[in-house]
Amino acid sequence: MQPFHSLTRAALAALTITISGGAFAQTTQSAPPMQPAQSMQPSMDQRTPHSDVLYQALGNKEGIRKIVDELLLIVQDDTRINESFLDADIERLAELLTEQFCDLSGGPCKYSGRDMQEAHADFKISVAHFNALAEDLQKAMDKQGVPSRTQNKLIAKLAPMQRTIVNK
Amino acid sequence: MVFKQLPATALAAALCVATGGAHAESISAPDMGKLLATGGVSQVEGAGGGGLTPWALISGYGTRDSYGANAHITHVSTQDHSLDSIGVAVGIADRYEASLATQTFRGTGGALDGLRIKQDILGLKLRVAGDAVVDQDSWMPQIAIGLMAKRNKGVRGLGGVTSVKQLGARHESGIDYYVSATKILLDQSLLLNATLRATKANQMGLLGFGGDLGDRYEPMLEASAAYLVNRHLAVGVEYRMKPRNLGVDREKDYYDAFIAWFPNKNVSVTAAYVALGDITVLNPRRQKGFYLSLQAGF
Repeated sequence: MQPFHSLTRAALAALTITISGGAFAQTTQSAPPMQPAQSMQPSMDQRTPHSDVLYQALGNKEGIRKIVDELLLIVQDDTRINESFLDADIERLAELLTEQFCDLSGGPCKYSGRDMQEAHADFKISVAHFNALAEDLQKAMDKQGVPSRTQNKLIAKLAPMQRTIVNK
Repeated sequence: MVFKQLPATALAAALCVATGGAHAESISAPDMGKLLATGGVSQVEGAGGGGLTPWALISGYGTRDSYGANAHITHVSTQDHSLDSIGVAVGIADRYEASLATQTFRGTGGALDGLRIKQDILGLKLRVAGDAVVDQDSWMPQIAIGLMAKRNKGVRGLGGVTSVKQLGARHESGIDYYVSATKILLDQSLLLNATLRATKANQMGLLGFGGDLGDRYEPMLEASAAYLVNRHLAVGVEYRMKPRNLGVDREKDYYDAFIAWFPNKNVSVTAAYVALGDITVLNPRRQKGFYLSLQAGF
């Protein structure tokens, strides 16, 4: 039974990503194509099923992408940390951040980037830098109308990463 | 001119040691890198925390690579009394906190109308474990130990009474020792604090230390709970247990309900409704009223 479940789950995941990829291109398209995958996924999930309440509160993948796009605009204007982003591939970064927030918030994504320590090893990141990004994320979420309670839940998932990201 | 430079040099040297020899540029300018509100406000004895009780958070916005400082002015007004507190605090490397505050307690009505008592408080706090902001994935609180060295500066406006010893207090000065544990639960938008304080202080030391009913250190529990409405606003309640060393004061526990507003990292305003209980047997009225505090710094 297990290989069948894995295959079906992989197929659903591929379908979800394809659909959501299409959703980005058409900004007027709403979320419904995602729902069948979401409701079926927990029962198929081989991992411990976790709630996607936060993921939905952030606006699903579409909403998260908007938050991330806003975040990267704010970051590029933030003189405390924008130097570190001068050589960054912003589009790729937006994709990875969206994936990561989607994954962390219980959404149907699996973060595919490098681990936090490795990803930041080339930069000198202090606590002040880390917090500056967190503040920019809060501002981005404010702009996207994310309620404070929800913002705090996302920050709660990101805060422990300070231990591996801050290297200065 | 050399004399004026000495304190600056000494401070720079102290900061260098405290921050583990961090880069020179991080000492010359404060980094204001802590998240908004994570330095707490100035409690009524001058330490960083809530309104009535010290917390494990280190005052100021300097991260572990830097420092911060602030000044506060607080006014408490009940039916027959007022309390003013004014002071400064410095936080170094988000680990060490020092504060200096002067309290002025007045009788504004009732039997103690005209009373004036002053007290100076030197506070020292050391963060020993945990990080209230980072440790969202564990139950570990941020823990700090601290002391408040207090000196009562005498009594005025009460006839022939010029010293709190004449009211039954055993000493005119004393040291409170405390340990605080602060937990920020971002998932619930909550901040919780518990402080355990060993003290002999009567009405925080305003009526001296120790008394005719006892002159031993006793553990007092203090607790705060705050809901983080958004990054600029917190609302909460506090409780502070009090000793009863004086026959002349059936000292009561303090309670408050507060709102703390943080428009930016330079200013905070805290308003509270306080219940301080009856103060001395000369006035049976349970003192209730308002608390307003302004903190400015970086």
